[in-house]
Amino acid sequence: MEHFDQLYQALNEVVGYIYPNEIELRWSILIVLYPYITGLVAGAFILASLNRVFEIKALKPTYEISLLAALAFLLVATMPLIFHLGHPERFYELMMTPHSSSAMAIFGFVYLWYLMVVLLLEIWFDYRRDFVVWSQESKGLKKFLYKVLTLGSNDISPKALKLDDKLGYIITVVGIPSAFLLHGYVGFIFGSVKANPWWSSVMMPVIFLLSAMVSGIALILVTYMVINYFRKQKIDMLCLDSIGKYLFYTIIIDFTLESLDQIHRIYEAEESFDIISLLISGKLFFTMSIMQVLAGTLIPLFILGFFQFYKPKEKIRKTAYLISGILVLVGIFFMRWNVVIGGQLFSKSFYGFTSYKIGLIGGEGMLAAGVWMVVPILILVFLLWLLPPWKKQHSGG
Amino acid sequence: MPKHILRLIILFVIVIGLFLVARQFLIPESFGEYGHYRANSIEENANHDIKYVDRAECAECHDDIAALKQGGPHKNINCQTCHGPGNLHIEDPTPENIVKETEREFCGRCHNKNAARAKLIKQIDINEHNIESKCIECHNPHEPWN
Amino acid sequence: MELNKKNKKTRRDFLKLSSAIAGSVAFYSMFKPIESVANRKTDVTEREHWYGFGFDIEKCIGCGLCAKACKIENDVPREPFFFRTWVEQYTIKNGHIIKDENVIVESPNGGIDGFTQSVPDKEIFKSFFVPKTCNHCYKAPCVQVCPVGATFETPDGVVLVDDSYCVGCGYCIQACPYGARYLHPEKKTADKCTFCYHRLKKGLAPACVDVCPTGARMYGDLDDKEGPLVQFIKNHTCRVLKPHLNTKPKLFYNALNEEVR
Ligand code: HEC
Ligand code: HEC
Ligand code: HEC
Ligand code: HEC
Repeated sequence: MEHFDQLYQALNEVVGYIYPNEIELRWSILIVLYPYITGLVAGAFILASLNRVFEIKALKPTYEISLLAALAFLLVATMPLIFHLGHPERFYELMMTPHSSSAMAIFGFVYLWYLMVVLLLEIWFDYRRDFVVWSQESKGLKKFLYKVLTLGSNDISPKALKLDDKLGYIITVVGIPSAFLLHGYVGFIFGSVKANPWWSSVMMPVIFLLSAMVSGIALILVTYMVINYFRKQKIDMLCLDSIGKYLFYTIIIDFTLESLDQIHRIYEAEESFDIISLLISGKLFFTMSIMQVLAGTLIPLFILGFFQFYKPKEKIRKTAYLISGILVLVGIFFMRWNVVIGGQLFSKSFYGFTSYKIGLIGGEGMLAAGVWMVVPILILVFLLWLLPPWKKQHSGG
Repeated sequence: MPKHILRLIILFVIVIGLFLVARQFLIPESFGEYGHYRANSIEENANHDIKYVDRAECAECHDDIAALKQGGPHKNINCQTCHGPGNLHIEDPTPENIVKETEREFCGRCHNKNAARAKLIKQIDINEHNIESKCIECHNPHEPWN
Repeated sequence: MELNKKNKKTRRDFLKLSSAIAGSVAFYSMFKPIESVANRKTDVTEREHWYGFGFDIEKCIGCGLCAKACKIENDVPREPFFFRTWVEQYTIKNGHIIKDENVIVESPNGGIDGFTQSVPDKEIFKSFFVPKTCNHCYKAPCVQVCPVGATFETPDGVVLVDDSYCVGCGYCIQACPYGARYLHPEKKTADKCTFCYHRLKKGLAPACVDVCPTGARMYGDLDDKEGPLVQFIKNHTCRVLKPHLNTKPKLFYNALNEEVR
């Protein structure tokens, strides 16, 4: 069996002593994607909400894009998780008999709450008037879809629209803590594993949340630029600069918290310290020091920080923003990688390491992971086709 | 209440209702009888077949060997420790379905010199102790001093 | 302007209302779920037994036949990867006693094929074998984290897996501090030592205990104060693995060295 071939190979690469059952690294690339994708969702949503609740005018052009991007990624967020299960067909059990003491059991409910109640409703209220208008203007499939989405009510009287706005606002307010919950909770899944000193940390939910915001904001930055490139529209530099500013501040907070966590770990130097320092200086050196910290944090931090004091020409800024955004996205991916994979590379006996080689094909290979990253982008394209923010009527109820 | 809000609420009620109905059918029987698990699973776990049979069973047919062993230093060792599981053999007693390890390495598992080995066992170096022949040529495995 | 003002007011009201709701929800949630979330136990009073293990390191000769018997008895895949029980050989070399690099731990194929000493005798400070298996923790982290209730502690104190209900998420494997769990390669569900529950219920000892030539492995009823296990714990200085994690293992070791993790 191919599975065993991989294990035999891993067996040869064991360093020191690991418990015999630890050779197989149980949570693979798919479980790296899961917090990564949920993070993008939470981050994008939080950006949208900031926009609405605090009425940050400069961010207005990204409001709908953020919501749609959040939805596109949220629809896929569960997929890597489900396909990683030994028995994907038993997934419904999580909803039927959730175990109240399990951090993972709440997943289905947090997810549904966030998807059905928060995100879909917010988008629906935001677009309802357009559904009605578009359902009258368009033809064919589009018309049918819009018709369904109106739920058969064409009421766009000012009164109704005002109510929509009000309800949408409430949902946004409820949505912010929900987004915090969604991703803080993902952090808790790891942070609450006391058996694993690399994960077990009260800071984990907070760090996950902050890094989620970082990645979400970077996602919107990049998406906004890409969309405008394809639509051949001029980019609103004020908007871009403000996103850049928010990105800068969240990276600072995120980086501070992560450093605090590590410094605390280093200073306390508990039983697990020796193995963890070997981990960081060895197996995680590339993904952590280079990709996460240098490329994903310090370089963007430097670029964005520089722009806070001095703003060069638009063209330079645009390129720099795009590069920083992509670097941040890559950096946060490696942050998830370092948490998920890093936490399984060392033995819980603290006497050695196993190894992880990601395959190309197979359900848990690089290609499968790539698919789960491409699907949300396709969904986003579809959503932008169905619900183009630029065709919305912005006149306010 | 505007029509669209009403419809929305109805939609939600339907979805939640469906979920609650589905729950009724999908929660397995006996779930929660003792705790948050399927009580029947205890039974299922208990129902597996055994392979290492009751250690007293061998003596029913091999009373000579059992008696011989009883008088020697191996008296506390289960026959199946050396001969492997006896489930097939006791149903159909043939030499084919029971293991008989006669190599020096087999005795060495327990007796070969190793600093980690508890002192309570007598150890020899299998690379030095009478290397010209198998252990069982001098020591009867059932009564090593015989 | 008018409208704007009014808007502000309602906005503030919303904030007030929502923070009031959030506050009371948070307040309530402080109390109620803590009981279900914390790994608390309601003791079963009417139980016939409460099983536990006692392993005596001073008696273990490292034959590895326990690990072998376990694989055979429980149809554990025979490849050198999945173990419900295994044996570790610890060798502490002469030199700095405190340092981890002087500790060599080995467990080739879980000890199933026996052990050889890799360090010459004159370099050895101390050496011993440690049999390992599921600790059947009283406060089992694996049970706590299982999202669907597919792993549980029976009333008689054995932690089991329900393989027809397990979704195979692997969270329990991550949560186990002892590496006692694995994902069964064919069944695709979590798998672990069952205390040979099928044998217990037929009045037999667990296979590993049954084949142990020296009595280094024993099991018994922790409720039975005169029973062999309780007496063993009483008459020896017993420790459990990783006590600081507060998992309350029901596997007690005599002569457990500090190096063992
Ligand atoms: C029902 C009676 C019976 C029981 C119970 C029984 N055996 Fe046997 N066993 C036999 C007989 C009969 C033979 C001889 C077969 C032959 O020589 O053809 C035998 C042969 C053997 C042999 C020798 C095989 C050889 O290669 O010469 C071994 C070893 C053995 N038994 C072990 C055991 C063990 C261990 C048990 C306990 C699990 C056991 N037996 C239980 C009847 C029994
Ligand atoms: C220390 C390991 C050990 C134990 C314990 C042991 N045997 Fe054996 N047994 C052997 C070996 C090795 C042989 C092969 C002897 C030979 O081929 O000369 C053997 C051979 C036999 C045979 C074949 C006939 C013979 O005498 O060669 C029988 C039958 C048998 N054993 C039954 C038993 C029974 C029954 C018990 C338990 C009461 C038992 N054995 C316990 C190691 C053991
Ligand atoms: C499963 C482990 C095991 C195996 C296999 C085993 N023995 Fe033993 N042996 C023991 C134990 C335990 C004792 C009793 C402790 C002691 O006194 O050394 C013992 C005792 C002995 C003794 C007596 C030592 C003394 O002076 O007290 C001899 C000789 C001996 N075994 C030889 C053999 C031979 C030969 C074999 C291979 C056929 C063998 N043993 C296989 C475990 C084993
Ligand atoms: C040529 C016959 C012969 C062979 C082959 C042989 N032994 Fe011995 N063995 C003896 C004699 C004689 C003694 C008692 C004198 C002594 O201690 O050397 C003995 C002693 C022992 C002792 C007790 C040592 C002690 O310190 O009291 C053990 C254990 C033992 N043998 C195991 C084995 C094992 C295991 C093998 C196979 C690897 C084996 N023997 C092969 C003849 C043999």
